[in-house]
Amino acid sequence: MLIKKPADIPPSDITSKDLYLNRRKFLAGAAIAGTAAATGIGLRELAFPSSLVEANAKIDGIQKSSFNTTEKITPLKDVSNYNNYYEFSTDKYGPAGLAKDFKTRPWTVKIDGLVKKKQELDVETIIKMAAPEERIYRHRCVEGWSIVVPWVGFSLSELIKKADPLGQAKFVEFTTIYDPRQMPGQKLPVLDWPYVEGLRMDEAMHPLCLLCFGMYGEVLPNQDGAPLRIVVPWKYGFKSAKAIVKISFAEKQPVNSWNKAAPKEYGFYSNVNPTVDHPRWSQAKERRLGEFFKRPTLMFNGYDQVASLYNGMDLRKNF
Amino acid sequence: MKPIRFFKPVIFLACLAPLAALAWKAYSGNLGANPIEVITHATGDWTIRFLLITLSVTPLRKLTRQPWLIRFRRMFGLFAFFYGVLHFLTYIWLDKFFNFHEMLTDIAKRRFITVGFTGFLLLIPLALTSTAGWIRRLGGKRWQMLHRLIYFSAIAGVIHYLWLVKADIRKPLQYAAILALLLGYRIFVWLQSRFKAKKPSPLSRPTIEVSEG
Repeated sequence: MLIKKPADIPPSDITSKDLYLNRRKFLAGAAIAGTAAATGIGLRELAFPSSLVEANAKIDGIQKSSFNTTEKITPLKDVSNYNNYYEFSTDKYGPAGLAKDFKTRPWTVKIDGLVKKKQELDVETIIKMAAPEERIYRHRCVEGWSIVVPWVGFSLSELIKKADPLGQAKFVEFTTIYDPRQMPGQKLPVLDWPYVEGLRMDEAMHPLCLLCFGMYGEVLPNQDGAPLRIVVPWKYGFKSAKAIVKISFAEKQPVNSWNKAAPKEYGFYSNVNPTVDHPRWSQAKERRLGEFFKRPTLMFNGYDQVASLYNGMDLRKNF
Repeated sequence: MKPIRFFKPVIFLACLAPLAALAWKAYSGNLGANPIEVITHATGDWTIRFLLITLSVTPLRKLTRQPWLIRFRRMFGLFAFFYGVLHFLTYIWLDKFFNFHEMLTDIAKRRFITVGFTGFLLLIPLALTSTAGWIRRLGGKRWQMLHRLIYFSAIAGVIHYLWLVKADIRKPLQYAAILALLLGYRIFVWLQSRFKAKKPSPLSRPTIEVSEG
């Protein structure tokens, strides 16, 4: 069987990102124009294409980070067209198209639970809380594939410090937006919507844990969790909640969506761990997108600096 | 006779279309971010689909009274086996890289692989004995008994799919529903023939029901 490896394309043949994105913008624009012409409405949208303006905008003043891996970055085309985002579709090739018109502005995030002051923050305010950094992280999906992504954001701890949680807060819970009109996947009871994820406080405070609003130097594409998500690089991908509308502090461990759906298969911790299999498949190896052979999966996805968070814990039990 | 001679090559080529589409996408670099996953899923999907197509020949033939349809059944069955072989090769080559130890561990440990592999094994004797010569050698009755293994192979295939998906079981359930319908039809026919055999009505003509699986 012929399998064309993307890596074999000489760099000169790769369409420049600007051209690629402009083409997409043009096509999206043409589609809107076509629809508007056909229906005779949507003139306002034509004049002020609200959702298109924000996509692919450059983020200024991005700082370098010391957490970066030097591994080869997965092409943007793959990271933005292969998404596990069940709110849109259970088909990984679906969200790229289905999330195209997802509204990411205006957007507010509720800071809730055990905090000094409950508040609702505008996403623009949150993004300005600290200087944006580029974090080139390995990202390992529980399904056995992985990518390397240059995320843009800053440590979640910056937001948590400003949120000022109370002493008895031991966990943080993240809730994804629930809006089935915009997210067709939420019309199906595949998971118990809205999507909920959680971290222990010390995990959330770890500098590696990223509050993310961009990738590849630009604003996060909708299908990758815009406008605001977290990235927890030492855990399986589903722990990194997308399109967050609520961050809540609690004393009790939150029940995360996948754990609720299949408690024997997805735990609360879900640290990347090659020695603990998923009940239905091995986690010892992974397929890095763009590579032919599988590579061994690393403990904590190679982020050994988090190991001390789990001292004395049985990671087989707390999978 | 004539339409069959014309249709056979057409349907043969149509059965190859899924493979051609896959090969074309591979050649033009359009298999997406994870080509091996796409190949695995496509070949697996078409194995189940051809099993279901094969199993629908008999009901279709009887319900529409088009006896000539039976002449396509072997071809469909062999295509199910063909896509099953491709699916298995994808797994053993592109997923396990001919690491037989790893493969055997998988088969023993992962129930969705155990059941999928069983379904595949069951198809091998059917493919081998699919010729007219083997029907003669085994005798019609015994050949028919043997080829009822396809029921178990199809059930195994659908369970394999059902046990593999993470949360969205809509597609495997669709296959399961179609399979239930196709097997249900056979159970219905069987019960009907038993009922008739037990209680011969004085008015009825002698029933010569040749069940064809």
